[in-house]
Amino acid sequence: MPAAEAPRKAPREPIVQVRNVVKEFGPLRVLDGVGFDVAPGQVAAIVGRSGSGKSTLLRCIAGLETVQGGSISVCGHDVGRPGSAARAQLRRDVGMVFQSYNLFPHLTVERNITLALTLVKKQSRDQANAKAAEVLSLVGLTDKRTAYPEQLSGGQQQRVAIARSLALQPQVMLFDEVTSALDPELTAEVLAVMEDLARRGMTMITVTHEMGFARRVADLVVFMHEGKVWEIGPTAELFASPKTAEFSQFVASEL
Amino acid sequence: MIQLNANHFIYLLQAATWTLLLSLIAFAGGSIVGLAVALLRVSRVRALRALSSGYIQLIQGTPLLIILFLSYFGLGILGYKLVPIVAAGLSLTFYAAAFLGEIWRGCIEAVPKTQWEASDCLGLNRFQQYAYVVLPQAVKLAIPPTVGFMVQIVKNTSLASVIGFVELARAGQIINNSTFEPFVIFTVVAAIYFALCYPLSLAARALERKAHAGR
Amino acid sequence: MSYQFDFSFLADRWPDFVAGAWLTVQLTVVSIALGLAVGTVCALIRVYGARWMKAPVGVYVELIRNTPLLVQIFIVYFGLSSLGLKLSAEVSAVIALVVNMGAYTTEIMRAGIQSIQRTQLEAADCLGLTRLQTIVHVVLLPAMERVYPALSSQFVLLMLASSITSQISAEELTATANLVQSDTYRSFEVYIVVALVYLALSFLYRFGFWLIGLVLFARKRKLGTAL
Ligand SMILES: Nc1ncnc2c1ncn2[C@@H]1O[C@H](COP(=O)(O)OP(=O)(O)OP(=O)(O)O)[C@@H](O)[C@H]1O
Ligand SMILES: [Mg+2]
Repeated sequence: MPAAEAPRKAPREPIVQVRNVVKEFGPLRVLDGVGFDVAPGQVAAIVGRSGSGKSTLLRCIAGLETVQGGSISVCGHDVGRPGSAARAQLRRDVGMVFQSYNLFPHLTVERNITLALTLVKKQSRDQANAKAAEVLSLVGLTDKRTAYPEQLSGGQQQRVAIARSLALQPQVMLFDEVTSALDPELTAEVLAVMEDLARRGMTMITVTHEMGFARRVADLVVFMHEGKVWEIGPTAELFASPKTAEFSQFVASEL
Repeated sequence: MIQLNANHFIYLLQAATWTLLLSLIAFAGGSIVGLAVALLRVSRVRALRALSSGYIQLIQGTPLLIILFLSYFGLGILGYKLVPIVAAGLSLTFYAAAFLGEIWRGCIEAVPKTQWEASDCLGLNRFQQYAYVVLPQAVKLAIPPTVGFMVQIVKNTSLASVIGFVELARAGQIINNSTFEPFVIFTVVAAIYFALCYPLSLAARALERKAHAGR
Repeated sequence: MSYQFDFSFLADRWPDFVAGAWLTVQLTVVSIALGLAVGTVCALIRVYGARWMKAPVGVYVELIRNTPLLVQIFIVYFGLSSLGLKLSAEVSAVIALVVNMGAYTTEIMRAGIQSIQRTQLEAADCLGLTRLQTIVHVVLLPAMERVYPALSSQFVLLMLASSITSQISAEELTATANLVQSDTYRSFEVYIVVALVYLALSFLYRFGFWLIGLVLFARKRKLGTAL
């Protein structure tokens, strides 16, 4: 499908397009007409108070939720309609890292990483193991190859989870508060890995409470409030001159 | 060949009362012996623990059917007339005791260690600790799985048929021998067993849920 | 008491006992394997299935768990043959044991599957695993590891319960014993011997399941901790 390839070749085209998305859980409207674009190589930080719909938005982009209205396109794939053929392709192009790591507890670090490589990408065990070694060195955990998740600290588990996603060579990485379950020192080691990724040009959308990280690394900040994109703009501009009372209150409260 | 009729159904219901009676005997006997088994299993004397554990292993490693044959023929050797209900009652008692003993041991051990220590500090002796502190708490934990095991007892009484005790399953066989309608008869027999067991299963589940909610 | 124990029948008849024990092993290994398969599928339906699929599985489990195996065996062997489906004693025995085992395994595996968090499924989904791959690699193995003690106890119980199939004269261990005792009139001794054989089998099975567990659950083998 050449259409799917097009956005990657034209860097000015957004790689993620969210248009007027509506998401409801029963009577509860959690996302109410959300829209924004992310260009290739950009880092977007989604911030906002608890319950404002950040995780839901990210899960919609990851194709984990069906949306009731609007459209989401990632790398040219139409997301939001589960079961479609585009979905399998989407899985190859989008990586997701969760707050609770979600490593497979019964598998070694290496097998956690190679599982999808062998099952989905049909690589040989040797190929997959070589890839695992590569991504593990990227997150600084080469020596934990044969360990099981329960033998690792939270920070190490989260780095393995990032490595597991990276191994599939996604175009876009999604992070949902990946450090909020971690102690400060462990937070730092995970954020360092993410900063490194951003420097390498990975397109990233990250939900975060780490305002320092957002200011330092993000190109684009999306402030969510009551299921809407309340404010959006280049990081420096937005933090320098908040347009709404909600955002300035939020920034003040997060300091 | 005799046609199936209402009398056959009444006969089955009468046999079901024998199933119930045998279940009660097994449960009562199994509870008494089972309590002893459980207490020995948590005893401070190593030899007693081993004895009780050996008993459990032995019974849980032997089919109930074989235990029934052994008591039936064993009693015969001892010179007692071969009375099926006695042999069946004894077998099921020993059988139930092993399983109840193991269930209850778990419940006794689930009472926190601190309860023992606290009652020790109050100067209670070992018997008083059991009677006033540990067992009352263990009983609470034990009720749901015990009710659940009653289902097993009721079902297992059907095996008493092999030594000629006329309970529900045997009654079904007897009727079948004259009417040759096995599908209908054994389906009715199964339905009666279901009517006896299902309420117990439901009760066990409800009690289990309540116990979990309480904690 | 002046009873003289006499085990001399063993000299002639031990091959019968060996043959009976062998049939018991074959009968129960097949029943355990098939029962586990039935139970696993039913458990998956009970946890992830559509409503219309869940209901019949629930009925199946309750019907089987609340009626005696003996009566189930009679229905399969005598009942089905009276309806025109003539099955051998051994085939009837396997069917009844599988149906019975399936119901108990459903409940055990269901507990295991329910203990796998939904987030594990989402993680597998995000990695692009298909539903079947997810079930095999992410759900079933850890689920089985969690309930493996209960599962192997149930397998041993089934092996012991297979003695009931002697009542339709499937020629396994207990049926052999019935035969030998009616030939020799040494009933008590015969059943003592058979009890010991069953005891040995149950230890053997326990040991076998322990070994299989070691092979299947590498994490547990290495760390020794519960999942
Ligand atoms: N599966 C669901 N079913 C029903 N309601 C849900 C579900 N998931 C989220 N919600 C509701 O949607 C709203 C937004 O939730 P969401 O998790 O997206 O917020 P968030 O911005 O990520 O908050 P936090 O910072 O606490 O993670 C909340 O009111 C939440 O209760
Ligand atoms: Mg969230």
